[in-house]
Amino acid sequence: MEFLALYNYWVFAVLLLIGLYAVVAKVNLVKRLIGLSIFQGAVFLLYISMDKVEGGTAPIFQTADGAGVFSNPLPQVLILTAIVVGIATTALGLAVVVRIREEYGTVEEDVIEDMDADS
Amino acid sequence: MSPETTIVAALVTPLIGAVGIALTGRLPNLRESVTLVTAGVLAVLVWSLVPQVMAGARPELLVTTMLGGLSIAFEIEPLGMLFGALAASLWIVNSIYSIGYMRGNDEKHQTRFYVCFAIAIFAALGVAFAGNLLTLFVFYEVLTISTYPLVSHKGDPATVRSARVYLGILLSTSIGLLLPAMIWTYAEAGTLDFTAGGILGDVAGPALGVLLGLYAFGIGKAALMPVHRWLPSAMVAPTPVSALLHAVAVVKAGVFTVLKVVVYVFGLDTLTEAGAQQWLVWVSGGTVVLASLIAMTKDNLKARLAYSTVSQLSYIVLGAALATASGVIGAAMHIATHAAGKITLFFCAGAIYTALHRTEVSELRGLGRTMPFTFAAFTVGAISIIGLPPFGGAWSKWFLTLGALEAGELFAVAVLMVSSLLNIVYLLQIPLLAFFRAPASGSVPEGVQEAPLPCLIAIGITSLLCVVLFFGADPLYELTRLLPSS
Amino acid sequence: MNLDAHLPILQIIVPLMTAPVVSLLRVPSLPWAAATVTSGLAFAVAVTLTGQVLAGGPMSYALGGWVPPYGIELYVDHFSALLLLIITGASTVALAFGKASLDQEVGHERAPMFYAAWLLVVAGLCGIVATGDAFNLFVFLEISSLATYVLIASAPDRRALMATFRYLILGTVGATFYLIGVGLIYMMTGTLNLADMTDRIAEVGELRPVLVAAGFITVGLALKAAMFPLHAWMPNAYTFAPHAATAFLAACSTKAAIYVLIRFDLTVFLPHLSDHAEQVSGFFIPLAVLAFLIGSAVAVFERNLKRMLGYSSVAQIGYILLGLALLSPLALTGAIVHLFNHALMKSALFMAVACLAFRAGSVQLPDLAGCGRAMPLTMGAFVLAGLSMIGVPLTAGFVSKWYLILACLEYGPLGYVLAGGILVSSLLAVAYVWKVVEAAYFQPRPEGARELREAPPAMLAVLWLVALGNVWFGIDTDLTLGLAEQAAATLLGDGS
Repeated sequence: MEFLALYNYWVFAVLLLIGLYAVVAKVNLVKRLIGLSIFQGAVFLLYISMDKVEGGTAPIFQTADGAGVFSNPLPQVLILTAIVVGIATTALGLAVVVRIREEYGTVEEDVIEDMDADS
Repeated sequence: MSPETTIVAALVTPLIGAVGIALTGRLPNLRESVTLVTAGVLAVLVWSLVPQVMAGARPELLVTTMLGGLSIAFEIEPLGMLFGALAASLWIVNSIYSIGYMRGNDEKHQTRFYVCFAIAIFAALGVAFAGNLLTLFVFYEVLTISTYPLVSHKGDPATVRSARVYLGILLSTSIGLLLPAMIWTYAEAGTLDFTAGGILGDVAGPALGVLLGLYAFGIGKAALMPVHRWLPSAMVAPTPVSALLHAVAVVKAGVFTVLKVVVYVFGLDTLTEAGAQQWLVWVSGGTVVLASLIAMTKDNLKARLAYSTVSQLSYIVLGAALATASGVIGAAMHIATHAAGKITLFFCAGAIYTALHRTEVSELRGLGRTMPFTFAAFTVGAISIIGLPPFGGAWSKWFLTLGALEAGELFAVAVLMVSSLLNIVYLLQIPLLAFFRAPASGSVPEGVQEAPLPCLIAIGITSLLCVVLFFGADPLYELTRLLPSS
Repeated sequence: MNLDAHLPILQIIVPLMTAPVVSLLRVPSLPWAAATVTSGLAFAVAVTLTGQVLAGGPMSYALGGWVPPYGIELYVDHFSALLLLIITGASTVALAFGKASLDQEVGHERAPMFYAAWLLVVAGLCGIVATGDAFNLFVFLEISSLATYVLIASAPDRRALMATFRYLILGTVGATFYLIGVGLIYMMTGTLNLADMTDRIAEVGELRPVLVAAGFITVGLALKAAMFPLHAWMPNAYTFAPHAATAFLAACSTKAAIYVLIRFDLTVFLPHLSDHAEQVSGFFIPLAVLAFLIGSAVAVFERNLKRMLGYSSVAQIGYILLGLALLSPLALTGAIVHLFNHALMKSALFMAVACLAFRAGSVQLPDLAGCGRAMPLTMGAFVLAGLSMIGVPLTAGFVSKWYLILACLEYGPLGYVLAGGILVSSLLAVAYVWKVVEAAYFQPRPEGARELREAPPAMLAVLWLVALGNVWFGIDTDLTLGLAEQAAATLLGDGS
């Protein structure tokens, strides 16, 4: 069952493609941003899942002899940063969408394109 | 003044002149005085270098060194001296002529005209004095661009279209062919300096042929067929421009560069050993004859002169392609003798336009009595171009034929002879029409009606020059003789 | 405390820490002044840093005292120093230049936030080129990108918003691709330090995740670098951004991505992955050629001056990538010098356009007809920078093209074709620059068009400074070529 043993990567790949699909195929700007979030979320899962060590625990718990099996904490720290970056991106994206809505009165890309072509 | 200072002064003078002309633009008389003074000073400066160069000196000036041993540098050798002196001297004559022509025709934008002219002369001198290919290339491009406003002077759509052809062909050939040729040369030889005996001794024959092709067609100003189209297009310019730039400065910058590349980049011996120049003899010979044939079909006077120029330029390329001592001497002399002859012809064409507003050959019938002086001068120029004594053109054809015989190129000899016959047909036809045909009734004004005096003075000087170049050709020969042996 | 040793971190910290302060300044013109001074300070740091690198070789700085490879390392060598000069230099001149133009477009009310974002871009870009840590690099990449979106969206034209949105989507996708690649490498090697990664990747070089990582990183960065055919976001983003901001962004935002691309591909992957050389050449050469041919061709037909220059940038990036793809010291030197020279010519061109837009209120070519007579100094600078872009001798553009073409000729038979392609592209450049020249000098002002007069002296002074820089660095190539040659040698040296 080697196929299933790597299920975390499958989840990553499927989420990545779902997100990418939404980014590419949707004309609604908000839906595209949601797609972007899913896309980034997939990458977070990739990082988080790879640090898991079979039977490992958080590095703050120590056995009596000082040894122990720990999951790697570094990717979690990294991804915390990446999540912050992701939130900032989404927030900025939404802010731009709000401005677009103010200016054009719509968030559908095809409508906006028509309006730009006319002007 | 040391030679270095003289070089700097000679290059800077036309630029200062350009600024002066721009500043005095509102006062036409002062502006024209500035032009004439600048031209005079320049001629004195350039001629002061001649004795040294003839004595064997090679004044040098290094401006700056850039990457990989490339530099902006000047070095005056006999060929550059000849071209520089020619351009500087004829600028004076042409300025006198311009004053008559531009005022006689009430042309607009005269200040821009004189400014660009001065810059073009600056560029021509830069080409003449360049010490390496890169420097030459820079000035070559400046020359192209500074002459665009002159060609498109009239500014109407047809003129602008022609001017674009002019610019398009010259820029695309130079960047598309000449620049790669330079880079290839640099990749092979590691330098672009003009060196006696050439710098491409180690390159194999076929590659040498291709490289020569890149140069011959890349130097679009030499108007080798099929990149000659720009020259007839440039005829939309005012006649003084056609006269000085498209009979002397621009086109001669082209053939000058070809000669210089053949002598100082390839080296005559390298070329003849590899036989890489053989094809160029055929192409340039073909251009000579074809352009002459086309000239015969042209009724527009300036167009006919333009094709005649295309044909005559290829004489010089042919001389270079022969790669023999006499061939090169003949080619170099032809730069000067053709300049004197052709500028006279263009001056006459402009004079006819200014006085009577006629542009077609067929309209000139019977005008000999109205403009006797102009047509007499035209005859002088025409005979000089044909190559008959007692005019300068005889000498260059003499040496070119000699060079062809030395090289054993019977094709080239035949081309020269056939072309002379064609010249007689399409050039001498014009004064014959004017003097010996009865005018179409009512179309000829009563009495003598010549162009303004400055035009006539200029025409007189250049026709005289054609004669001087025959009887006093010795210095010219002495100068050009230094070329192949260097 | 010796300040010299802390220069690498100062380079990033100075603009980063000033940014929030600037956002609080409510007095008109003060945010601009503060940003300009900070940017100038950053430039001074970059100059000093370059001096140190030239004198003493590459500098390594352990952030917070944590030794690499465990802590984050800042690493400044010749290549980074050159990029730092480009970034801080372009920012400083664009700020010094753009006061009037930005006041007109951004307005005083939004100015504090705008200039704060500007400083964040500077900090982010400096961080990208100064850091030696792959993940840290991602963070800086996103800082600069997010701030860039703000700059573009600040323009008055509402189309700027859509351009920003598209750039945001594609930029984030690109950065995330890079993040995936870095994650996969971390999974295989357990390190994020670039130098350490180089050492360790050899052991796992044959494994598929590393190859996948190479693919993700290359594509992600290519997207950020606006490499053809992933350039779709760039011309519009440049077109609608505030003019002075365009002058800054065009000079250096894609350059930082190219820097990372070169660094990753040449130092991390090339020496340790078999067949990587063929992959790089096979992948980049065709795309680079298409980039400069299509980019230049589209530019010829473009009537919006800024979009024309945007497509010209697509072409110029093609040259740089070609220099990377040929994988020879000569070509790489050409590519790196072109990073610098292109920044020089493009910022001058965009500044000239900003001057025109400032007076004419439009960047459409028909509206600018006849402007040469009213604005001779502006157009003079435009022509000078345009000549540099064409690659006329005595200008900076000539130096890089010369190297690239020499490298092509060295490459063998295919190289002759490539050299031909470069020349064709240069001819197209002649065509589009000439189109502007002709409109400006040889066409009359259209009926009823706005009266023009010369741009303010402050703008002209900076514009001409940069335009003359094009000539200076075309003649005196010691600094640029010196750094580029060193950088190319270091980058390729490890491999052979």
